Amino acid sequence: MLKRLSTAPYLLWSFLLIVVPLVMVLGYSLIRTGPGGPEFSLNGFIKFTDPLYLKVLGLSVWIALQSTVLCLVIGYPLAMIMAGLKPSAQRTAMTMIVLPMWMNFLLRTYAWIPILGRNGLLNGLLATIGIPPLNLLFNEGAVLLGMVYNFLPFMVLPIFTVLIRMDRSVIEAAQDLGANRLHVFWRVTLPLSLPGVVSGVMMVFMPAVSTFVISDLLGGSQVNLVGNLIKDQFLSVYDWNFGASISVVLMALILVSMWILGKTDKNGSGVSFF
Amino acid sequence: MSRWLQKSYLFLIFTFLYAPIAVLIVFSFNDSKSTSNWSGFSLRWYAELFQDDKILSALYYTLAIALISSLISTVMGTFAAFGLSQMRGRFKGFVLGVNNLPILNPDIVTGIALMSLFVFTGTRLGFMTMLMAHITFSTPYVILSVLPKFKQLSSEMLDAALDLGATPWYAFRKVILPEIMPGIITGFLMAFTLSIDDFVISFFTTGGGVSNLSIEIYSMARRGIKPEINALSTLMFLTVLLLLFVINRRSEKGAGVVLPKPDTLERM
Repeated sequence: MLKRLSTAPYLLWSFLLIVVPLVMVLGYSLIRTGPGGPEFSLNGFIKFTDPLYLKVLGLSVWIALQSTVLCLVIGYPLAMIMAGLKPSAQRTAMTMIVLPMWMNFLLRTYAWIPILGRNGLLNGLLATIGIPPLNLLFNEGAVLLGMVYNFLPFMVLPIFTVLIRMDRSVIEAAQDLGANRLHVFWRVTLPLSLPGVVSGVMMVFMPAVSTFVISDLLGGSQVNLVGNLIKDQFLSVYDWNFGASISVVLMALILVSMWILGKTDKNGSGVSFF
Repeated sequence: MSRWLQKSYLFLIFTFLYAPIAVLIVFSFNDSKSTSNWSGFSLRWYAELFQDDKILSALYYTLAIALISSLISTVMGTFAAFGLSQMRGRFKGFVLGVNNLPILNPDIVTGIALMSLFVFTGTRLGFMTMLMAHITFSTPYVILSVLPKFKQLSSEMLDAALDLGATPWYAFRKVILPEIMPGIITGFLMAFTLSIDDFVISFFTTGGGVSNLSIEIYSMARRGIKPEINALSTLMFLTVLLLLFVINRRSEKGAGVVLPKPDTLERM
């Protein structure tokens, strides 16, 4: 009795504000207002197969993949170096990685505008050595930079966590058995750290593929991603049927990528995201 | 890898992470609007910031919503976690699955889903809808941080208290609450910081002139460079530094509060 009573408010709340809204998104994606009232229609999904919109989806996935790979390539060595530090230095390095994330996400993104802008800091520096101003802002490169800047800690932290928990004796055993450093890394360290990599990849890819803030601020009107498309349908075009359909596609995309990644992480040890 | 190479790599990364913040802070004291030329020290952007009614009202809404939503979600989440810890089987799995939805779903989907509900039911978008949205996305984090504490709790303790004649409420206050307090505090702080930091979900669920700092920054930043934002960033960064310093001092004294940035726990 007591336990039912104490869970009841949240059960009601989560039903009304988590389950019902998601069912409504699904509903909006399948039902549109026709001339004779609401009717079932797949129009939203069919509209999305237009090459114009498929290109937006393709670009979003492409930029998100690029930023994920960049974060991994930059973040893995960083996590390894950090794991090799003394415990006190490890704590300092951790704090320094996490600290910028305590600042407002929009401010962190905005911070690049005065640096990359036409009259910005970088172009000012370039001018002093006689290089004409470059167009650094409002293009895909700027969006990519913004993503790596914002999401790098998401990649470093899970990998770092797995690396420091790793059993040192396994690595020593491999060395004793005559494996060189590259071999140890390739055959022992990397496979054992895979759970951390998997959750890092997920934590970078997901916000990167669904963002509209970074592309709005650093991409100007030049870079249109799936997030921007959804936002526009709901806030300026008012085509909720289409907006909901894109959201359903986005959710499906994320579910599929989680499923694929879940398969990669076969042993499921360490960090998991389910 | 040689030590030297490792050190330079760390230095490079930290420069990358901190340079933009440093630039914002330095140029918030610049006398002109420029962000490439230094034209003298001035506090004019701070003065303008504090005369900006929109920013001040956004600050008020940010703090009000963060405080109210984190209090409500902490209470609701703690009670829910208690009930869940007593349950088992398929129903519990189902509830936890639903609980994970706002954590796993992209913010934009949670945002438009809540907006659809509010608009469909004719609820006027504004303070109340934003508050409800914040409670919705922070309660799952409270549950996830309190639930493990209930699991560690031995059930004999509660039984012993009840056998010795304590009323259920008295037993809860004197036996259970002290044990789960660290989880509750972590949950509350997570809910609070998530709420203060949120942009996407607030953006879709507010209206009628009610906005928080993130929304205000977004609309200012889209209009180009605004030195007032630099001043605001500096103040917010210093506030965060101060808060973290105080919290760390507290936890060193043995209060036992570990405070990772909530984002980092997301989906882990």
